[in-house]
Formats: sequence, C-alpha cells, structure tokens
Amino acid sequence: MVLELRDICKDYMRGKLVVPVLKDINLNVSEGEYIAIMGPSGSGKTTLMNLIGCLDRPTSGKRILKGEDLDGISDDRMADIRNRQIGFVFQNADLLPGLTALDNVALPLVYRGVKKKERRTRAAEMLQRVGLGERMEFKPNQLSGGQCQRVAIARAMVGNPSLLLADEPTGALDTQSGQQVLELFHNLNADGVTIIMITHAPEVACCAQKTYLIRDGRIQIGETV
Amino acid sequence: MFENIGLSFQGIWNHKLRSLLTMLGIIIGIASIIAIVSTIKGTNEQIKEQLIGAGNNVVTVRLCQGASNPYDMQYSPIPDGVPVISEETREQLAELDGAVNASLYTERTYVEGLVYRGNTAFTGSLRGVDTHYFPVNGYQVYLGRGFSQADYDNYKKVAMLDQSAAQSIFPGENPLGQVIEINKEPFTVVGVVAMSSSYEPNISTVEEYWTFVGNDSGAVYVPNTMWPLLCQYDEPQKVDIQAASTDDMTNVGKNAADLINERLTVSQDSELSYSSTDIMEQAEQLQQLANATNQQLIWIASISLLVGGIGVMNIMLVTVTERTREIGLKKAIGARKSRILWQFLTEAAVLTSLGGLIGVLAGIGMAQVVSRVSGSPTAISAPAALVAVLFSMVIGILFGLMPAIKAANLNPIEALRRE
Repeated sequence: MVLELRDICKDYMRGKLVVPVLKDINLNVSEGEYIAIMGPSGSGKTTLMNLIGCLDRPTSGKRILKGEDLDGISDDRMADIRNRQIGFVFQNADLLPGLTALDNVALPLVYRGVKKKERRTRAAEMLQRVGLGERMEFKPNQLSGGQCQRVAIARAMVGNPSLLLADEPTGALDTQSGQQVLELFHNLNADGVTIIMITHAPEVACCAQKTYLIRDGRIQIGETV
Repeated sequence: MFENIGLSFQGIWNHKLRSLLTMLGIIIGIASIIAIVSTIKGTNEQIKEQLIGAGNNVVTVRLCQGASNPYDMQYSPIPDGVPVISEETREQLAELDGAVNASLYTERTYVEGLVYRGNTAFTGSLRGVDTHYFPVNGYQVYLGRGFSQADYDNYKKVAMLDQSAAQSIFPGENPLGQVIEINKEPFTVVGVVAMSSSYEPNISTVEEYWTFVGNDSGAVYVPNTMWPLLCQYDEPQKVDIQAASTDDMTNVGKNAADLINERLTVSQDSELSYSSTDIMEQAEQLQQLANATNQQLIWIASISLLVGGIGVMNIMLVTVTERTREIGLKKAIGARKSRILWQFLTEAAVLTSLGGLIGVLAGIGMAQVVSRVSGSPTAISAPAALVAVLFSMVIGILFGLMPAIKAANLNPIEALRRE
C-alpha cells in the first residue's frame, strides 16, 4: 500500500465558526494504481490533495505514506517527504522563469543534496522520457504551455517519488496538449508509477483506472467508465 | 550556496533598474565614507610630511617660561641665569645620539624696524644666525652668496633673506645689492636662500596658521656677530638640531634640552628652562583635529547607509510578495524553511555587497575629484575599502533578515493559491 487515509477530517476556522471541509475520508491507494478524484469546485478536493501531499495537517485522522505515519511530524520532515515521496504537478506548470528546463527539472534534487553532475544526468534522462530531450536548455518562456507542463511532470518524476499528485494538470491546456499530457500519465502508470489525479472534468478522469467522487466533504467511489 | 549567489546575480541582472535604485542608498553611503576616509588619510599624510618630512628633521630647542610658553625677547628683559651657549656646547649638542648637526641663533619673531626706501617693509622674523644655520635647516643659497667667515669676523652689515621675505620686501625687484635698514642700521642684501625641498604649506586651521607663521611671513638673516648692534648682548639663544631621522627627533630634542638646562643657573620661581618643540606631537595634534571633524562626517554618511538598508528591506519585502508563488512551489517540491531563508538572505547580501563595491569605486572617484578641485591629497585605504564591502554585506543580512523570515514562514498552501 502506498497511501492509507483513515477517518480524515479537516476543519477550517472562519472567524469563530468551524467549517468542516472534509469528513471521515477513507482511502487506500496501492502500488501502481492510477486514480482520479473528482468533484465540483469547493468540494474540498484541493484540501484533500494538500493533505495527501503533506502540505497540510488534518484536524483528525491518520495518514500513512509508504508505511510512515505522518502524525505530528515536523515542518522539515514534511518538506523532506514532499521532496522524496511526492511529485507535484499543478494546473500551471509553475516553472522558475530564470532557469532552463533542465535546471527546473533538477531543482528537487538540489534540495536533496545530489551532486551537480548527477543532477544534470538524471534531469536530462527525465526530460528525454517526457519527449523534451531537444529542449533542455530552453527557458520556460521559449516553450509552449503543453511543453511547460511536461517539464513540470519531469520535475515531479525526477526524484522517483512513491506518488505522483496532479491537480488539474490539463486545466490550463488546449485539448491537444492536454491529450499529450494524459498520454504521458498513462505511459508513466504503465511503467509502474502510482498516480492520483484531481480534476473536475469527467473526460480527464476517465483515463484513470478508478474514480472517486467528493461531494460535501465526503468521498465515495465513482463509476468507472 | 554558490548557486544561491549565482541566482542572486541573475535576479539583480533581470531587474537592473530596480536593483540599481535599491543599491543607491548603500552606494552613496559607502562612497561618501570612502571619500572621507581617503581624504583624512591624505590630509594626515600631508600634515606629517609638511611638519616633519620637509622640515629636514629639525627640532628647535628654545627657552620657555612655564610649561611651554616660549620666552619672548620682544617684550621681556634678558633673563637672569641663562648663559650664552658656547661653541663647545654646540658641538656637544651636534654629537648627541641621533643628532647630525646643531645651530645656535637668536631670533625676534616680529620685526617692526625693517625699512626699505623709507617704508616699513617687512614684519616677519629676524634671526642672527651662525654658520651652521642654513645647512641644518635645509636651506640652499638660491641667489647671490651665503655668509662668509669674513662677514662674521669683520662684523659686516650684510643680510640674507628667504624667498617670502625677498618677495614681500622687493616685489618684482632684484634684492641683491639693495640696502635695507634694520633698526636704523643699513644692511646690504647679499643672498636669498630657499628650501632645498620645496613645499607649499596648506593652511586651513588656526593651529596650522600658528605652526607656519614663522615660515610664512619670511625671515631676514644677519650674522650672529651683528646681533648686538640690532638688539641686545647676551640674548638667550635658540638651538636648531638636525636629527638623523624623523623617529630620532623627539629624543634628540629632549636630550638637547636637558644638556642645556644643566648649564642654567636660574632660580626655581622663574620657571625658566629650555625645552624642545616636539613636532611629532604637533603633527599628531593636527591629525587628531582633522580626524575629529571627519569622524562626524562619517557618522552623517552612516545615516545614508541606514536609509539604504531600509530601502533594501523595503525592496526585499516587495520581492517576497512578488515571488510568493515561486516560494510556494519551492516549498511544495521540498525546500526546507532554512533554504528559503538563506536564499533571500543571500540575495540581500549580494545586492548590498555589490552596492558596497560600486560605492567603494565611486568613493575613490569622488576622492580623486575632491583632490583635483581642492588640491588636498587623498590616499586610498585598502583595509577601509574591504571593511566597507563587508559592512554593506552585513547591512544586507541585517535588513534582509525580516523579509527572509517572512518568506521562510510563508504557508505553501496560501502561497500556491496566490496568482
């Protein structure tokens, strides 16, 4: 099992009012799975992603990632887990504009203390894998939106994470680039990568093996297409 | 670390105008401090050179009343118990450790009775000198001739002038062979002397004025055998002793004064004794005076450093806000707080260090301009430049701390939500 969520609740404080966002979430994700989490905006799917991605702490409940209990760990430990176990892909590629594609991809390895030469080799391999081997020295503003998103996927994958977390990865792309990105996810999954994708678009979710629905803070299994 | 520095330079380069404006406060502050320090150092070296270096290492030992008030023959009678210093004693003085030569002379620092063509022409000093006076003081005959032994032996009424005396008495005329009246006695000018190493005193304070006043209004010299004709017999003499090096001056002066004082038979109450004018001490006093003034200027310049630091803090806060998303992303992919903190601290430090470096260069430039315009010399101080750059770095770290902490503590979720 890569990820286990047990009775996860998350409340937000709005002034003095306690607003529950997630209620009793239970979720198991096993090795090599490709799941999609769907839900209308405001349903709490991004909050769930933040909890899975170790960006936030739940109000109650238990999270176990790769056998490690994430209860009460320090900020620095959370940063290390994000760095080693999680690969993030956001709606906007969020590349650093001053760095080349290669350096952007290598960035997570910097935080891991990998030597420069090895960083570049591994980042180059990853860029080859997402089909951008020819554009390693390009800056983000010289790349198309779809290409940027593929660089971002390479960045997420460069550290061999246990889990690839994608939040609306095609949300800002045209249909064709979106299709390419989804193909890439499919190929990565075929190579054994565990993927959790958050989206509101059914046509995107249908690429996954399993679909979950979040409604009013509760999760339920969705119909597979 | 080095990557952070490299990235910081890139950031500065990407925002050229903003970075320059941010650095401006630091640049101006550091530049003014470097300019002031260079000017202080130059002035100090000039003071030392003028008082000591160009003075042929001469210490004057003269009769004083009390602590250090020269005994003035203009207004006072010949004091009791102060004997004429013999040639034998002069030779002993010249042979003191560190001494090269010694000269005995009598002096009036202010002459009223010097008349040329019916007009009082000169108000400088009058000196009755022995044959050693000119070599000891580093004077060379510039026009005409020096005093010969025959002048002394035969009581010739001959006079020599220094250049400023020659200029004030005979403007535009050849002084040689002219006759001047000193206290109603006619003296023929036979020569003009000049300092062998020429120097122009730079007078900007009252203290400096009094230091140079003797040289400045010039001097008229007569053989010391003629002195009684003009003034009185047995006036207390002064001694100029040439030291082998600047460092010997203080000791030679003290020893010479002791040696002469042994021969005095003055009463205790008179408080009369010979003492040396410690020119090193004078130089240090002048330097301290200059330093004190400039120290205040440095404080004022430091205010602009403070302002510069606040400017850096301001811009760093703006940068943190602008780059919230970047910070969020970096945190999401695993950057620890400390890394974000160091990134922003490095950026601030690189920015201000660069400002400091530019400031040092600008300051050196400013010092050169000041020296061209005002003629005062400057000396670049390498340690001061180094300290200035390091200090600007510290300013960057200090004022960058608050924005950097702010960046490090950003919540990644909030930061990623920001557009």
